[in-house]
Order: sequence, then C-alpha cells, then structure tokens
Amino acid sequence: MRLTYAKATPLLVLAAFLASCDKPKETAGITPQQMADALHAVMDSDRTIYTRLVVNRLQNEEKIIKASEHWKDDKALPLPAQMFRYGSEMVGKKTEAFSYQLLSMWPVNKQNAPRTDVEKTGLKFVADNKGKNYYADETLGGKKYFTAVYADTAVAPACVGCHNAHKDSPRHDFKLGDVMGGVVLRIPVQ
Amino acid sequence: MQRKTIIWACWITAVIGLSGYFSWILVSRDRTLFLIGRTTDGHHQIELACEVCHTSPFGGRELLQNACVKCHGDDLARENDSHPRTKFTDPRNADRVAALDARYCVTCHQEHRPGITLAMGLTLPGDYCFKCHQTIFKDRPSHKGLAFDTCASAGCHNFHDNRALYEDFLAKHLHELPLKAVPQVAVIDRSPTSAAWVQRASMALDRTSLRPEITARATNPAIVKEWEATLHAKAGVSCADCHMPKAKGQTVAQWIDKPGHEACATCHANENAGFLAGRHGMRLASGLSVPLTPMSPAMARLPMRADAHDKTLGCNSCHAAHRFDVRHAAVEACMGCHNDAHTRNYLQSAHAAAWDGEIAGTRPPGAGVSCATCHMPREIHHGEKGDFVLAQHNQNMNLRPNEKMIRSVCLNCHGLGLAIDALADPEVIRSNFSKLPTHHIPSLDWVERRQRTPKPSVPSTQ
Repeated sequence: MRLTYAKATPLLVLAAFLASCDKPKETAGITPQQMADALHAVMDSDRTIYTRLVVNRLQNEEKIIKASEHWKDDKALPLPAQMFRYGSEMVGKKTEAFSYQLLSMWPVNKQNAPRTDVEKTGLKFVADNKGKNYYADETLGGKKYFTAVYADTAVAPACVGCHNAHKDSPRHDFKLGDVMGGVVLRIPVQ
Repeated sequence: MQRKTIIWACWITAVIGLSGYFSWILVSRDRTLFLIGRTTDGHHQIELACEVCHTSPFGGRELLQNACVKCHGDDLARENDSHPRTKFTDPRNADRVAALDARYCVTCHQEHRPGITLAMGLTLPGDYCFKCHQTIFKDRPSHKGLAFDTCASAGCHNFHDNRALYEDFLAKHLHELPLKAVPQVAVIDRSPTSAAWVQRASMALDRTSLRPEITARATNPAIVKEWEATLHAKAGVSCADCHMPKAKGQTVAQWIDKPGHEACATCHANENAGFLAGRHGMRLASGLSVPLTPMSPAMARLPMRADAHDKTLGCNSCHAAHRFDVRHAAVEACMGCHNDAHTRNYLQSAHAAAWDGEIAGTRPPGAGVSCATCHMPREIHHGEKGDFVLAQHNQNMNLRPNEKMIRSVCLNCHGLGLAIDALADPEVIRSNFSKLPTHHIPSLDWVERRQRTPKPSVPSTQ
C-alpha cells in the first residue's frame, strides 16, 4: 500500500496533536506529592534547626534560658512544637493552597490526636515504618485533598525530656530518635 | 380613563415621594428607621453608622467578618485567642465547622437579635462547647456530669481569652492569701524625665508658643493659674500646643477655643487610641460612615445621673481642661455620671478607703483603688528609652467577661482564689467588693488535686 500525501497528512496532524497533548505532561509542574515533599523538607529542616540550635543549646546545654509552653508568661523560649504550630497558623491566614498540622498518637493536647481515617492510618504507618512517608487522597467537608504524613522524630534531648515529663502526655518512655508523632500536610486537588 | 390617570399619578407620586424620603433618611444622620432590631450593648453607640459593619450593600459573611476583625482583631490577638479562625479553616476540622461554623464571628454573635442575645453578645444556646468537647470528661474526670452550659461560667473558661484561667496559671497561684503583703498597682511616672515624657518629647509641640498673640488670649487669670500648677506647665506644654494645633497641610494654625481629643492625641496617642476604642469615645472614632456626636450619658444604657444627661464625652469631660487633675478623673469624674449600685457603693468600700489613704499620703502611691484603677488599669509599655506605665483608656479591654480583670487588676493586690470567687458573685460586685463572696469556684481545687497526682517516672532521654 502506497502512502500518499493525502493519506499521510491526517496521520501527521494526528501525530502532531498527540505530541502536543503529551507536552503539558512534561511542563505541567510538580505533582502534589513533590510539592508536599518539598514543603515538608523546609518545615522539617527549620524545626530541627530551631530545636537543636536554639532550644536544646540554650535550655539543655548552656542553661541560659528555658523553653516553656507558656513562654510569654514565663519569659521563655517557645517550644519547638509551638513554633511549628504558629507557622502553620500564619500559613493558614495567608493561603488555602496547603495546610499542615503536627499531630500524634500520643498528644499532650488531645485536640492534636488523629481524627480522620487518613490521619489515623498515616500516623500509625510512619511510626511502624521508620523512614517511610504515607500518602493518600481524602475528602473533607466536600473537598478533595492530597494528604501526606511524615514522621516527626525526637531530634534532641529537649523533645523527649519535655514529653516524658509532661503531666498530660499519655506516653513517658520516648527515647532520642523515636517517632513521636507526624506532620500531616494537605493540598487541595481537583 | 381620567380615573385611571389619577390613580397612576397618585401611584407615581407615592413611589417617588417614598423613595425620596427613604433615600434622604439613608444619607442623613438619623437612620433609626432602618434598624432591624435592637443592637447589642457593645454596638448600640454606633448603630447608626451602618457601614462600619455593612461595608457593602452586597456583602456576605466574609465582608461582615472583615468588619469584625477590623475592630476586634488586634484585641483577640493580644488575648491569645483560644479559638482563632485558623483552627477552623484547617480541613481536618471540616466536620466541626459543619456543627459550628466558628470561622465567622456572626455564627455566635449575631446583631439585631435582641430575643436571643445573651451576655457577651452571644446568640447561640450557652451549651455550644458540647459540639467539639463532648468527651472532655475522659481527660478531666473532674468535669464528669457538668452541664455544658456551665463551661463559660465565671471563673472557668472563656471561648476567646483564657489568660487568667488556664490550668498552669491556676497552678502557679494556688494557696495565695486573699490580700497580698504589698497590695499595690504600678505607678504612672508623671515626671518630665520619665520614659513616657521622653517619648513624647519627639512629638510635634510648638514649645515657643508663649507668643504675644497667644498670651493675649490667656486673659483669664483663674485659667492661667490652673495651668501653672499642671505638669503641662512644668513640661513646657502651653496654650498654643493645645489651642493651636497645626492641622495637616496647614501652615498657619488657627486658634481653637475648645480643642478636642485630636489635640490631646498629639502627645497622648496611646491614651487617645484607647479612648476611641472604648465606650466613652467610640462615637468619635475616625472611619465611621456618618459623623456622630460625642457620647453623652443620655444615650447610655447603663444607669446615669439625671443631672449628667446633657454632658458630652471627650478628654476634658473627665480630665477637666486646664486643671488636668488625674485624681479627679479617677473617681469624681466617673461618679459625676454613673449611677448604678456598684458605683454608688464605691464610697463605702475598702477600695475607696485605700484611695483616700493614698490621697492623704498615709498609703504609698499605687496602694489606693479608684474607679480608674480597675476600669482603666495601668499597663507597662516598652519604649526605646525604657519601660513606662500608662492608663488603658479602653475599658472594654478588661471588662467583659470580667475575668479579663484578674491579671491586669485584681492580682496586683489579691490572691487568685479570692479574685475568681469575687468576680463570679454578682452581689459582691454590686456591693463594690464590700462583701466576701458566698460562692466558690472549684477550679483551683481541681487543679490542686491534679497536682497531687503522682508524676510519671522519667526515663533517660538518651
């Protein structure tokens, strides 16, 4: 069978169309998971640095100033978890493009216990599978979200010391390096 | 045909007439006709400046929310709001929002709904805490069996401001004596060398103002004598500084016989901001859609003296122009208008006796308790030249709910236990704290019980 120009033209057009359809996939930007991972990398790094270089150094090592849940009244440093939450609240005021929370299966404040099925499953997964993240889709309030759960690990003695001694903590045997909870990050998707 | 024409003519005339009438009312000062229901006590003074809340005729909840935040946002942030909006915009709380949409102030605080408005302008049934905290008794066995409409009872919890009610704060103040060894509030340093004065020195005062054209106006020797005895005179604040403030863009200042709060604000910006945000000055705040006359006791919903109804409120109505006697402003000025049992009982109270002692010099400065001591409390400010103390002129900041007073006022002199019990007892308040409370709020007892619970043994952190 001879391939004439007349027959080849529609095929070329179709090929060009398919090629153009494929193009956006290459330039469509990052996936929700990539975005979540990148955001978490920043959060986790900032949080670790504040914990180690500010709280642990000034409170536990050099004993210059304490960190306190009631930092304003006690003229103390905000706790690392509070710094994280304040950031989350400020982000909540600025954008609805994503949201994040620090949660735990052993929360000091019971409002920070997992509530949704994804939170419950995800927090258990990251606690049981060290080094792995948990990803899922969920629908909340009629909106769809890509939800990522990352382990929150005890990076300094200040973390375990405070949680183990806290009267409202349901667990008192944390050790350095233990998974103490998780960061739940949500990105609304179509 | 002619009859039809007449009917049409009447109809058109009526429509045009009524439209014109209502339009005229809408742009005039008195829009009472458009009020769809009695406003709350907090807003009644500015109820005719509709656009303060209804910023657009086509606005929805978001616009109303912005209006609420514009006036109340800073206060909520300062109070360390226990239920900020971000808590409810978080997707994980979508189910809670479905039960109680606390993203919007108007969910709990509707205006123009007198039939359902409770204390604090709450327009929800008082047991709303149930919607999110129904399992609280699992964490706090002491709360088992408590009715949910008692959560926000005096001395327990507050939806927004829990600065004096959170558990660790109560724990810090267990077993305090009813009266402290040195009952005393912070003293305002009024000397011209104080940090507050130094701060004000940078303000736009015309200190060369005893010019002939100005002194020529100061012909009343009684007024000049009064002024000479004031701190204003000592600090070099003279006639022109108040009577000839230069308005923006003006090169030549005009003499003003009765300067308003704007002139005082040149140096007393902080106090002026408090005055304009509070009950006394909110009608004069800038940004109102229609200019309102100053507040007057005749407009008040609280009981006022009949002979004070014609007064109008500005800085000078309490501070007495030229004399600027802060002691007069702290008691006599208040009693000159307010006429409720709490005010009338003040003069027989221990607080008044302490105030008399301070005035007489038998008690140290700050040991007396005037009306202003509690309702316009001293606040410490951190300035570039050092800390200084100023009186907060926005009485709303520590008035409702009255637990707001605990930290700013009561704890200067009293233990937390007495303060919580007293503020929860309406009869004690009515007597102006001349009686001991007969009710007891058990929150401190519960905290103490939790303190006695053995602490967990803490293993090594490594």
